[in-house]
Amino acid sequence: MPAVNIENLRVAVTRGGPEVVKGISLTIERGETVCLVGESGSGKSVTSLAAMGLLPKGSLEIRGGKIEIDGEDALAASPAALRRMRASKMAMIFQEPMTALNPVMRVGDQIDEVLKEHTKMPAPEREKRVLDILEQVGLPDIARVRMSFPHQLSGGQRQRIMIAMALVLEPVLLIADEPTTALDVTTQKQILKLIKDLQVDHGTAVLFITHDMGVVSEIADRVYVMNHGDMVEDGPIGALLRTPQKEYTRKLLSAVPSLVPRPGREKPQKAPVLDVNNLEKIYGATSLFAKAAGTRAVDDVSFNILPGRTLGIVGESGSGKSTVARCIMRLIDPSKGQVRIDGTDIVGFSRQGLQPHRAKFQMVFQDPYRSLNPRLTVGESIIEAPVNYGISRTLAMERARELMVEVGLPADAVGRYPHQFSGGQRQRIAIARAVAMEPKLLVADEAVSALDVSVQAQVLDLLDRLQRKSGFGMLFITHDLRVAAQICDEVVVMSRGKIVEAGPADRVLGAPSDPYTRSLIDAAPGRDWDFANFRPMARAEGA
Amino acid sequence: MASETTPIRARLRLPTHLLRPGGGGFGMVPMIASVVLALIVLAALFAPFITLHDPVQMSPAQRLKPPSAGFPLGTDAYGRDLMARVIYGARVSLIIGIGASICSVVIGLAIGLVSGFFRYADAVVMRIMDGLMAMPSVLLAIAIVSLVGPSIWTVMFAITIPEIPRVVRLVRSIVLAARDEPYVEAAIAAGTSLPRILWRHLMPNTFAPLSVQATYVCASAILTEAILSFLGAGVSTETPTWGNIMAEGRMYFLIKPELIFWPGLALSLCILSINLIGDAARDILDPRMARRKE
Repeated sequence: MPAVNIENLRVAVTRGGPEVVKGISLTIERGETVCLVGESGSGKSVTSLAAMGLLPKGSLEIRGGKIEIDGEDALAASPAALRRMRASKMAMIFQEPMTALNPVMRVGDQIDEVLKEHTKMPAPEREKRVLDILEQVGLPDIARVRMSFPHQLSGGQRQRIMIAMALVLEPVLLIADEPTTALDVTTQKQILKLIKDLQVDHGTAVLFITHDMGVVSEIADRVYVMNHGDMVEDGPIGALLRTPQKEYTRKLLSAVPSLVPRPGREKPQKAPVLDVNNLEKIYGATSLFAKAAGTRAVDDVSFNILPGRTLGIVGESGSGKSTVARCIMRLIDPSKGQVRIDGTDIVGFSRQGLQPHRAKFQMVFQDPYRSLNPRLTVGESIIEAPVNYGISRTLAMERARELMVEVGLPADAVGRYPHQFSGGQRQRIAIARAVAMEPKLLVADEAVSALDVSVQAQVLDLLDRLQRKSGFGMLFITHDLRVAAQICDEVVVMSRGKIVEAGPADRVLGAPSDPYTRSLIDAAPGRDWDFANFRPMARAEGA
Repeated sequence: MASETTPIRARLRLPTHLLRPGGGGFGMVPMIASVVLALIVLAALFAPFITLHDPVQMSPAQRLKPPSAGFPLGTDAYGRDLMARVIYGARVSLIIGIGASICSVVIGLAIGLVSGFFRYADAVVMRIMDGLMAMPSVLLAIAIVSLVGPSIWTVMFAITIPEIPRVVRLVRSIVLAARDEPYVEAAIAAGTSLPRILWRHLMPNTFAPLSVQATYVCASAILTEAILSFLGAGVSTETPTWGNIMAEGRMYFLIKPELIFWPGLALSLCILSINLIGDAARDILDPRMARRKE
């Protein structure tokens, strides 16, 4: 008997709305990890919520089909029975462990509560069980962790707590909805290994939902590929990666950026557009009463970018890479150091003094849903900077229409509002806005991180094309080594505010000398697989 | 989620979520409330045409008469037509309610925007607002009226002042949340001047919650005006206001309770319907709140 058997499941928007899951079937055997892969809007999360009986009431409803968990019909179950099933047979972990944990309750008590609620164990036995599961999820110093509140733990530790809570009742099925997406690569690697290990120990069936093919190649036994609510293809992991049958799967795999750096480009003999010297940013240094030590977010960072070239800053969260970008954009004021843009140091300028120079450096933000003012038409957003610099509205709007075409959108899109576009289209608009002033320097802060892989590739192409055309220097901030390998000429690796390694992309990513860089590359999921060519990576040098 | 604002609620309210059938759309209760409020507004506007007597004309022969064809609600101690007085009283209430809410929203918006965006202004402005909020609004209003002298404008001014801090706090919280939105940073990066960022990118975020807040301010202002009139610290006693009528009727409460009942009913209906409309507006403008209730 399979742990999960879903047959012909259909889920639709309530009150006769469109179907978002269109008759999919899926089985998971005990002790098997099944990955459900798809881009945003493919219906993969909806499928998992339907299995848990957690579809948002009043907006989504099940139209038909069958869901059996461990042989028990989940759709026919009464609310009470479903609640019991959720407790004992299935468990779920989410993307963001901080919001899934109760912030005012010690984590040990939260795990204890699960046991108290669903078992008749006496207190001493529960305590033993809590310590035991904390031990199993590989947390250090469990006596202390048990008494901690969620905010006192790191993201990885919180996700371990979530896993402990999910597994403490020994469920038949564990649903993991993008559990590692919010984590750093090194932490991600540990969590993936943990899930794999625990699964072997407990024989749990795992439904792992992800958009990341790298993660899939690391963890899956079998893979289901979804697109727009349809099941496109399924199969054992090796077969699916080697010989995908459907065009969509091939496209999805080909879009995964390769870890192999782009071929080197010739260095132009020109003065750098951006020259950062000994940049330093300390947070909270001046308290009211005493000179506090503060946090060194950026510590003695220096690099430069030549026109027409791209420098990538890679690092995990908290490495200070975004702070560097924000210092350069003067969205925050650096504590020390120089930032020369096109020869002019912009650190000393006041807000007014900076005004004439702002046009030379522009920025593309991470979240295309929040970087465009939802109340302004796209055209209004694009012409904001040109109008600030004295270009007439009609002329600027004319140029905005040209830019729209240039970034691959219809010219009349200038009259529409941001919500009428998809994430990828919005990021194109944000790029159009950034290049409207023909800047010398473009700062892209995680500019493709919020996008699906196929869209990611297109946006990277667009940036590359625009750079070839107008020759701006680009500072590309990313946590994703694959993306960095695709677009960067030079790479700077940052950790805890300091540069640990810098150099040409092929050297830093191909033959890293620093142990931290090496650990980052090691942790990149799916590094042994050449997705675009449907074969394992040819191991050139034993890293 | 970033901008989460809960409008401060005024006193008289019904649990609308229990009364609204099914949710979604403009429910029954807000509909009735709108009709009631519209009737009050129309009555106030066309008062001379629908009343049978001058509201201030005294006729000693007709003192404390019961309802009759000539005086539908009877007369007061000076023989004035109670119905005319109640209808004319709506004029003062509505002028003060609407005037105070417009003034406090406009002033509060300006202060709140500056306070939310400029850190150095924030500390000073918010302490002043805290100070204002610490004073009981009726007491502050009495003090202002006794300083400047009673007139409809003084009363409006006196009621506006204590309402301002509530608006400022609301606007400030919205600006604080919106200030760090990437689109605001994008505007900074585009070289947009600060006043323009405030005007174009931040202020529109406040419109929806402010229009809800304005209804609550309006209801609260009408109530405060009635209290001031009742205490004799409001509009001069010659002008019929709901508070004045009740204050005068208080002496005859035992023999003729209608003198308090009718203006009291008008006041309650007016405030209740404004608050209900405010709640409905909040549900429509801030769908997250509405969904949470269902």
